[in-house]
Amino acid sequence: MAIKDYLRERFFPHIWCPGCGHGTVLNGLLRAVEQLGMSRNEIVMVSGIGCSARISGYIDFHTLHTIHGRALAFATGVKMSRPELNLIVPMGDGDALAIGGNHFIHAARRNIDITAIVMNNRIYGMTGGQFSPLSGPDITATTAPFSSIDPSFDVVELSKAAGATFVARTTTYHVKQITDYIKQAILHEGFAVVEILSQCPTHFGRKNKEGSAVDMMKRYKEVTTPIGSKAKQENPDLIERGIFVQKERPEYCKEYEKMVERAMKGR
Amino acid sequence: MAKPKLKQHHIDQDWCKGCGICVEFCPKKVLELNDSDKVVAARPKDCICCKLCELRCPDLAIEIETE
Repeated sequence: MAIKDYLRERFFPHIWCPGCGHGTVLNGLLRAVEQLGMSRNEIVMVSGIGCSARISGYIDFHTLHTIHGRALAFATGVKMSRPELNLIVPMGDGDALAIGGNHFIHAARRNIDITAIVMNNRIYGMTGGQFSPLSGPDITATTAPFSSIDPSFDVVELSKAAGATFVARTTTYHVKQITDYIKQAILHEGFAVVEILSQCPTHFGRKNKEGSAVDMMKRYKEVTTPIGSKAKQENPDLIERGIFVQKERPEYCKEYEKMVERAMKGR
Repeated sequence: MAKPKLKQHHIDQDWCKGCGICVEFCPKKVLELNDSDKVVAARPKDCICCKLCELRCPDLAIEIETE
């Protein structure tokens, strides 16, 4: 199956700005699904609100475009009622960790078999460039004209601490990793988080003088390094890329099934 | 494995938004933006079919067809 067979081509060209990293994530995601040889009918994509959430409109899986931050809650409902389906939840940084922060940590705690993709562009793009909990300090945004003072979350550390059993990070520059990590995340049984640093040239780039989409992608190459590299020891400011966690823990739907069986014993 | 041989660059001019990502990251500098800021394969003979343009394109506008 060609990747275009998974698209709703009638909605193209898509709404994202020229050079938006979210398009590259869509590209990588489709290739992951294609390489796994999955059919459109065995995947449910649930998204919330934001630029990133528009992705569910473009892909011809079962799709739900739900409310802000609550995509994981809806996805949990779908997974509990139809555990045989594969759930993919693409979210923006604000959608996942500000508005939906609570749903995020609890989905990770339960270890429910959902693939969460955090498309982290460090800003609220759709609403006009407000800073998000992933922006970090010294970032200029429409709501922080004199630069932000808020420290940011580290998606990887947060997911690890909350109990996610697969955690990976990469960027839109490292496209082959996007496909590779999403593939592994889909195959993983349990809550899988893939953080993808994604450029927003329109708001984040312009406000912070980071140049064009091309410049921002080149920057991802410079500021990231593979896990445990020598470069990281020399320069602790580098952001690590790779698979941070990959372990087994009882999965929520399986445990639920067992509990139902116990309760129904003899009936 | 034999080297893949280029058949054709399929570029969807309606989908391309001219961001220039493919132009910049092509290792052989095969692609260029034309006057209306759309990508064209200016030097297809140099293409090594690495498909990095196809993989990075945020608009899914490029496809490399190999023999």
